[in-house]
Amino acid sequence: MKGNGEVPRIGVYVCDCGTNIAGKVRVAEVVEFARDLPGVVVAREYKYMCSDPGQDLIKRDIQEYNLNRIVVASCSPLLHEHTFRKATAEGGLNPYLVHHVNIREDVSWVHEDSDEATRKAKAIVHGAVLRVAWQKPLEPQSVPVRDSALVVGGGIAGISAALTLAEAGKQVYLVEREPTIGGHMAKFDKTFPTLDCAACILTPKMTAVKDHPNITLITYAEVEEVDGYVGNFKVKVRKKPRYVHEDRCVGCLECIEACVFKEPRFPNEFDLGLSKRKPVYIPFPQAVPPVVTIDPDTCLYLRFGKCKKTCVEACGDRNAIDFDMKPETLELEVGTIILATGFKTFDPTRTPKYGYGRFPEVYTSLEIERLVNSSGPTGGEVVMRNGQKPKRVGIIHCVGSRDKNTNPWCSKVCCMYSLKLAHLIHERSGAEVYNFYIDMRTPGKGYEEFYNRLAKEGVHLIRGRVAEVTDAPLHPEEEGKLIIRVEDTNIGVVRRIPVDMVVLAVGLEPQPDADEVRRLFNISCSTEGWFLERHPKLAPVETFTDGVFVAGACQGPKDIPETVAQAQAAAANALALMDKGSVEMEPNVARVNEELCSGCHICIGLCPYGAISFNEEKKVAEVNEVLCKGCGTCTAACPSGALSQNLFSDHEVFSEIMGVLL
Amino acid sequence: MSAYEPKIVGIFCNWCAYTAADLAGISRMKYAPNVRIIRVMCSGRFDPQMVFWAFKHGADGVLIAGCHPGDCHYQEGNYKALRRYKLLQKLLDQLGIERERVRLEWISASEGEKVKQVIDEMTETLRRLGPLKIQEAPGEEAAAAPAAGGGHHG
Repeated sequence: MKGNGEVPRIGVYVCDCGTNIAGKVRVAEVVEFARDLPGVVVAREYKYMCSDPGQDLIKRDIQEYNLNRIVVASCSPLLHEHTFRKATAEGGLNPYLVHHVNIREDVSWVHEDSDEATRKAKAIVHGAVLRVAWQKPLEPQSVPVRDSALVVGGGIAGISAALTLAEAGKQVYLVEREPTIGGHMAKFDKTFPTLDCAACILTPKMTAVKDHPNITLITYAEVEEVDGYVGNFKVKVRKKPRYVHEDRCVGCLECIEACVFKEPRFPNEFDLGLSKRKPVYIPFPQAVPPVVTIDPDTCLYLRFGKCKKTCVEACGDRNAIDFDMKPETLELEVGTIILATGFKTFDPTRTPKYGYGRFPEVYTSLEIERLVNSSGPTGGEVVMRNGQKPKRVGIIHCVGSRDKNTNPWCSKVCCMYSLKLAHLIHERSGAEVYNFYIDMRTPGKGYEEFYNRLAKEGVHLIRGRVAEVTDAPLHPEEEGKLIIRVEDTNIGVVRRIPVDMVVLAVGLEPQPDADEVRRLFNISCSTEGWFLERHPKLAPVETFTDGVFVAGACQGPKDIPETVAQAQAAAANALALMDKGSVEMEPNVARVNEELCSGCHICIGLCPYGAISFNEEKKVAEVNEVLCKGCGTCTAACPSGALSQNLFSDHEVFSEIMGVLL
Repeated sequence: MSAYEPKIVGIFCNWCAYTAADLAGISRMKYAPNVRIIRVMCSGRFDPQMVFWAFKHGADGVLIAGCHPGDCHYQEGNYKALRRYKLLQKLLDQLGIERERVRLEWISASEGEKVKQVIDEMTETLRRLGPLKIQEAPGEEAAAAPAAGGGHHG
């Protein structure tokens, strides 16, 4: 491979990107300009540099003109740097002798004036030409990737990802915060648009997770610390004490029966407080793992140290209950990580006009999911708090979605689940159901058909954002009812519709601790708080941290089929890494020039990774290239210029600065 | 508005600020063309010498942009940048250079709007300040090659 110590022979390639760049930047003029720059042997304009013919130009020119440096001015290097490195390597040149600069995202797309844009493009190309002359051939380091994965979150996303990985023979650790896996899906009765029973399709998968020899299920636990890098993550998981040994509990539930609390009296979180549980409980009958948990906040013995401990008696010689259980920290070593931490639903007390929390007959959609669920608090009966069936029910769409006062985004699933709930409520109670929507959004396979079916079933569909829910009657027939006030925009009339029960179709939001979680895993969030994918279109499950992938609603609102598809995609990405067995690290590490190093130790304290140590014998600093992540902090700080970051040396960066100041 | 247009060098970190500039582009936001962005891996690579080097070669300002505190892809590089920036400000005072000519901003990957806002603001500020004027000592010759270290900072 060429490129060391020779006189620079630079090829400059300026991309039109169709009209994306050429529509604003006068590319031919930039090419003319580049042709006269020092060291430039050939400069070309091409319509799409990233295309095969575009790349072939580079490869051919390397041979024909004996080029030893390449500059490509096109889109963002975050998009295509690797493309041009590959082309350069295929042309027979070290791939790190190419510099890719951005005249699309940074120029043609953001500036209106053609002269200004052209001038800036020239300056950027000038910077690149001056810089590339200093670039050196580099060899990337290869590090092994462990054959194990961590999946965080045991909803349908985490379950799907874990099963795909485990089936491929990888060791999987599935960590779930709650006492059981299943996530939101476990709370649903039916799924749209097929009206499949959610439990019937989910619980076999939950059991498969529990039984799979390659999956270690860690429930009631949270990731506490993440260290390391792609292929070699070290993760600490803190397991909360459930005061029951999972391996000894057989799920007979006799302890629950025997608890000194004869009646359940504490709100059951799984039913969103619509039912009660005892201090010793199982969230729902099909929970996985199928073991009980003791809640330290309500258990008499754990709170006051005094109780007859009838549960222990009932457990007998199984000895599963252990009040001395302490939190436990597990240390895992994995090659890849999939985050599938899900979403939370919007808290409708933030929209007080709909009366949630004020009127007992105003429910969230998730609460109704529990009511219509045959294993829910009412055994699937849709009844009001007084036990009677409602005659009329109103479902208000877009609560906490598409609203500049709360969340601007569309939560994507609410139209469909509201139609589903309309169907189920009518089926279970015979009530007349009104859906109030802004726009009916039903894109998806079989979704529009489901909407048409519901319309035929006689659900009232009223287009209009509901102004308020009130209990102040204006007419005798409104007495004792909740009145939904809305402008029906289909007929241009303000209407008052008295109902017995109101369902708020609450939107999807990022988990409240999404910010802490993303910091833990060193990934980014969008402004809204959803985990940020590497590229919105071409890398939807990757993140900016190599080896960490995202799946499901933690990345943005999604329905179940999309979530499963994304989870399996994330698993496939992780598998590709693990099956390859090694990963090439970007060779942008720091190096020490021993002759210049004065041994002042400044860099050693600055390195966040402890990658720099002091060689007592030579009295100079030394960089451990495996630990160095290539931030360049040491290079900036070295007072004697002894430290240099590959690809970002002083020569390279300072030349570029000089160059762009055209 | 006068015909004078300031030249600004942008030192943007790869993970947050540069990605945000990409986002501003993808969103087709329109902003002043005065900043020429140079990508570095981390704002921790920011070296005060870059500022003087840029001034020497005709820049009127330098904009450094990195991840928000606590968000650094390399744990704490942005804090190192902040430290150097604070020291640099004192030095600028002593040299009689307006502090506004060097600006440090935290811009997360999702803040395309902030890229636009900061660049427009800084361009406007520098238009008001006018060109940077530094008296060169008599006989001092312009360096022909880029500096390789040499200052005392850290």
